[in-house]
Amino acid sequence: MTDTSVDVEALDRWIRRFAEEVSKNKDLLTDLDSAIGDADHGSNMDRGMSATVAALDEASSQGRPLTTAGALLKTVGMTVVSSIGGASGPLYGTLFLRMGTSAGDVEALDDAGFSAALTAGLAGVVARGKAELGDKTMCDALAPACAALDASLAGGAGLSEALAVAATSADTGRDATIPMLARKGRASYLGERSIGHQDPGATSVALLVNAAAATLGSRP
Amino acid sequence: MKKLINKTENVVSEALLGMDAAHPDLRVDHEHKIIYRGDDRRPGKVGLISGGGSGHDPLHGGFVGLGMLDAACAGEVFTSPVPGQIMEATKTVDDGAGVLHIVKNYTGDVMNFEMAAEMAAEETGVNVLSVITNDDVAVQDSLYTAGRRGVGVTVLLEKIAGAAAEEGRSLAQVAEIAHRVNANGRSMGVALTSCTVPAAGKPTFDLPGGEIEMGVGIHGEPGRKRLPIASAKEIAALLVEPIVGDLDFTGGDGVIAFVNGLGGTPLMELYLMYNEVAQILKKSGIHVARSLVGPYITALDMAGCSVTLLKIGPEMLSLWDAPVRTPGLRWGV
Repeated sequence: MTDTSVDVEALDRWIRRFAEEVSKNKDLLTDLDSAIGDADHGSNMDRGMSATVAALDEASSQGRPLTTAGALLKTVGMTVVSSIGGASGPLYGTLFLRMGTSAGDVEALDDAGFSAALTAGLAGVVARGKAELGDKTMCDALAPACAALDASLAGGAGLSEALAVAATSADTGRDATIPMLARKGRASYLGERSIGHQDPGATSVALLVNAAAATLGSRP
Repeated sequence: MKKLINKTENVVSEALLGMDAAHPDLRVDHEHKIIYRGDDRRPGKVGLISGGGSGHDPLHGGFVGLGMLDAACAGEVFTSPVPGQIMEATKTVDDGAGVLHIVKNYTGDVMNFEMAAEMAAEETGVNVLSVITNDDVAVQDSLYTAGRRGVGVTVLLEKIAGAAAEEGRSLAQVAEIAHRVNANGRSMGVALTSCTVPAAGKPTFDLPGGEIEMGVGIHGEPGRKRLPIASAKEIAALLVEPIVGDLDFTGGDGVIAFVNGLGGTPLMELYLMYNEVAQILKKSGIHVARSLVGPYITALDMAGCSVTLLKIGPEMLSLWDAPVRTPGLRWGV
């Protein structure tokens, strides 16, 4: 097994892949949100991730000042926060900003460093949204993904393999939101009527983790 | 959809241009979509900021001015403003005495204001406190939901806390009275029609001709239940009942009784409703110390109204009566 590392370029690829996936799944996210929310998750996420890709492009056109993992993730977080709006803006913004703080001023993260950053991001999302597991939120996909990533790496798996396991866990977590009763956000006003619908936030998180599995962990 | 607009995507920015043109005593930052007081502020005065999705006018921009808010951040229609905007307003109005954020309890608003407060504190060291309004008794099981929504009490709170700040009270004191206003106020609304968000182009929900939605929110969120349309007297009873069932409003110095229009109901009907509400309160032994009737926290073109009761004492009453000069409320000056 080769020694993999998540450098600035890899993180850049991850974010761009996530933006592509969000764009492809924009209508799905909005449809899921119209059932239990306010029908804007797809358009908000797409607008935010397009702005993020534009911010990354601008940084590289200006001679790539984003030389550390921390700087790149913080730029992503700040752009997301100022362009998504609603509740998803602060939640995704906090995820990336906390990842950036955890990553720090390094050019590349090792496997454990990336896992620690993602877990720090999860802790930020939990603190910001005050959601618990089973509340039918982003956390229901993100928490199992973080746990799976950490456990797989601890068990000796490489990053590539561990991220694949994490992506499967995120998908399973996403699907598990369907029978849940929403207890946070606008969906919670629906009470029992929120049961039977897949959570849009958990769905976009699954896209994020799948994008990581597709872009990180092995050098192209 | 029939609306007086040019382009749906420009509704908020063009409305702000209009606010700017109509009210020379306000200053509008069009880049950040922030409405500021135009007069010179006293150094050492606590700054009051609110904001939220647009479409609830005059809340919040129409309550900027002497005796109320120092700044209001306008989000997109029914969408929270973003932290960058709120942080900008926070830094601008801080005169060293700190800033109070007045936030309606919606998940997006709460998180965006929270982030802004953290970011502003980190950048400039400004001291920010927040009060979250959650007066809507229509949301019942708040332990398992995002909690009660902030509605009518927000208007009364912005007036009372604004007067307290104008008096020169400290941030902690202004925040304390703001929390007290929220704790002593309750609201309940009814919709006769849905509203139409310009970008959506069609009504948010479908309400058949002969039905009303009891316990509706100010964004067209679902209410408690649908009922056939009834007389104003019967609807007033349905609105007041859950409010007085949730908090004892009898005794003391009485209440501010606030009948609010949701945007599409004429003032004549609001006064008619106020009469019904006042009669119920009289029968229930609740003394009305002050009243407010009109469209102050609206949901675009939604027809319907909400009732808010705020239990007050001499201190709140004197702050309510203090001078105010804003586009939305104006007396004593």
